[in-house]
Amino acid sequence: MTRSGAATAARVPRLLALFVAFLAALVALTVLAGAGVASADEIDTDKYPYRVSGNVKLDGNPLEGVSLTIEGNGIKTEVKTDADGKWAVGVPERNAKYSVTLDETTLPDGIAVVDETDDTPNVKDAEVGPGGRVSVNFFIGEGVRNVTSFADQLVERIVNGLRFGLMLALAAVGLSLVYGTTGLSNFAHGEMVTFGAVMTLVFSRGLGLPIYFAIPIALVLSGLVGYLLDVGLWRPLRKRRTGIVQLMIVSIGLSLAARYVFQYFIGGSTSQLVGADMRPIPLFGSVQLSIIDLVSVGISVVVIVAFAMWLLFTRIGKATRAISDNPSLAAASGIDVDRVVRIVWIMSGALAGLAGVLYAYYRPGIKWDMGAEFLLLLFAAVTLGGLGTAFGALAGAIVIGLIVEVSTLWIPADLKFAAPLVVLIIILLFRPQGILGRRERVG
Amino acid sequence: MDWLQILNNSASSIISPATLAYALAALGLAVHFGYAGLLNMGIAGFMALGAYGYAIGILTFDLPWWAAALLGMAAAAVFALILGIPTLRLRGDYLAIVTIAAAEVLRLLFLTTTFDSVTGSADGLSGYHGSFRASNPIPEGTYGFGPFMYNEIGWWVRILGIIALALAALTVWRLMNSPWGRVLKGIREDEDAVRALGKNVFSYKLTALVVGGVIASVGGIVYALPSAVNPGVYVTSLTFFVYTALLLGGAATVFGPLIGSLIFWVLQTVLGNVLPAAVDAGILPFMSNIQAQTLRFILVGIALMLIVIFRPQGILGNKKELTFVK
Repeated sequence: MTRSGAATAARVPRLLALFVAFLAALVALTVLAGAGVASADEIDTDKYPYRVSGNVKLDGNPLEGVSLTIEGNGIKTEVKTDADGKWAVGVPERNAKYSVTLDETTLPDGIAVVDETDDTPNVKDAEVGPGGRVSVNFFIGEGVRNVTSFADQLVERIVNGLRFGLMLALAAVGLSLVYGTTGLSNFAHGEMVTFGAVMTLVFSRGLGLPIYFAIPIALVLSGLVGYLLDVGLWRPLRKRRTGIVQLMIVSIGLSLAARYVFQYFIGGSTSQLVGADMRPIPLFGSVQLSIIDLVSVGISVVVIVAFAMWLLFTRIGKATRAISDNPSLAAASGIDVDRVVRIVWIMSGALAGLAGVLYAYYRPGIKWDMGAEFLLLLFAAVTLGGLGTAFGALAGAIVIGLIVEVSTLWIPADLKFAAPLVVLIIILLFRPQGILGRRERVG
Repeated sequence: MDWLQILNNSASSIISPATLAYALAALGLAVHFGYAGLLNMGIAGFMALGAYGYAIGILTFDLPWWAAALLGMAAAAVFALILGIPTLRLRGDYLAIVTIAAAEVLRLLFLTTTFDSVTGSADGLSGYHGSFRASNPIPEGTYGFGPFMYNEIGWWVRILGIIALALAALTVWRLMNSPWGRVLKGIREDEDAVRALGKNVFSYKLTALVVGGVIASVGGIVYALPSAVNPGVYVTSLTFFVYTALLLGGAATVFGPLIGSLIFWVLQTVLGNVLPAAVDAGILPFMSNIQAQTLRFILVGIALMLIVIFRPQGILGNKKELTFVK
């Protein structure tokens, strides 16, 4: 290293410390601000055509500053009542159910939501009918609050985080393997996720097949898309010896084109898969999951374990890892690199498709740009684990899933996708190679 | 089809604020990506900082419009420093992921209801035009010829935009022909060689990131000058569109970003007018009007792929100059 290089190296820790301090301040600011949600009494009413509204009163007197959360069909909005005790929230879908939760800690002392017939009177279901409007009111009086303890909330978030992380892992391992074997950071991976969900929608809602036929067909098609992309686009580009930055920008173009192709065919609205409105069953503590949620977790675990077995013990799996490690050496020892890459693309496509179907149930809903919001979390997972290592991607995905869900205990829900990205940036400061990545000079 | 109207609209888009804003953003990106070889995927974040800095400066801090514009540029410079310090040590693809993540974090911070009183949350910001319009020296009225007929506000926005663009282009051109610029290009071609010559590579890269970021933030300000700041604009797609405009013109050139943005927006306007008109005239019977609008963006994606595969140096670029680092 030259003198200037050494000087840089010496300066970097100080700059690092500065940077971390800044980030910490930013996070602290966000957490502080999170205590006071927007004072507006009407949220998103311009953005969405339909609305849920209500009026919070105690013995005929309006209560100001009571906070409520409206959740469902891909939205989660917090709102506070105004001086007249009124609130309204715009929602994207009609003929759909939303759950409205009143935060009892924002009520005056000794006051709570009371309803003898309901176990959780502070949570209500609101069904927005064909008229597109519904009002929700709570019985408020003196009584004991229905507060979920912190431990219960934490357990609930962790369970949700694991669900989300496992789903993320399905797509992340594929992305990571493609990177490992071909060096491509595939920005179109998010669209492969959307593709699986959209195809399931086409075959179940569109062609009327039962969901248990529609999903396997969608997965086969997703695998086929992976294969076609490799044969039709990526292999020719590899043969041309196109640089990895060029490949990456090609994948960005592909992602843009694919994203708008979805919008072309399914429009800008959100569609639901069969069974997305299934009622959750209380399991333990405050954890509630529907049958579909449980099946999703089961499928994720089984597929990931099977995939790990494949990677560890089969010939192709070993060849894949060998190519990730050193492509030229692998080719020299007689491995058919092209064939392995083809198989990796097929698996990557099918796994992304499966993740898409599960994500459609998790969000819930299918939208043309659902993959774009998923993609950054995927990259965060893959980078966190160490680019190109499949097991790193698995670990990274679960960490990201947990961060997304658990962080909402402290920060506003609409910032939950920002938390893992901030964590990603911070971790890269200290371990540029990721959690499981091999130490090497990066940069 | 009303060809005259379509021609008018397309010609008018040559000096529209959106074209000028894209040209400035693409010029900033040319400094990052074309000259320094930094794979910055967060250009939308720099533009958002310019736009929000300008609007918040006026609305929250009651600054005059020029001071608010400086605030937006300063915010972008600070963001570049914060982003550059940890990431410039990373390999190119890591840098891309970190910058895209940082831009998305910024967007989410502007979008959250938590800071609604300052950022306007999903509604964005508007109504900050007072001091800017008061400073307009052009008397009231409509001026121009042919397709270029605007009122005094329209002209004021365009004139300032063109001045900003000219200054930025001049700055980049002078910088890149200076010893500093040659070292920067050297870093793009072979970082280790430049380091071996005793140059502080890190500080060159950091300076380039700040310079390009500030130029991109001016693009964001020009975008916000005529109308409003809307958080839905500063998504990752914006970054990709700016990349398309830049690569179309030529990444490591001064005029490439300008030409690229111009072609990008004229084509967008032409297609945005012709396709729906064709649908109305029954030429594309299998398509609805909304689908015709979506088709434009599908074509942008395909164009980006084709440019990168078949003409990576762009319209004006020199094939010998390595525009894509390793």
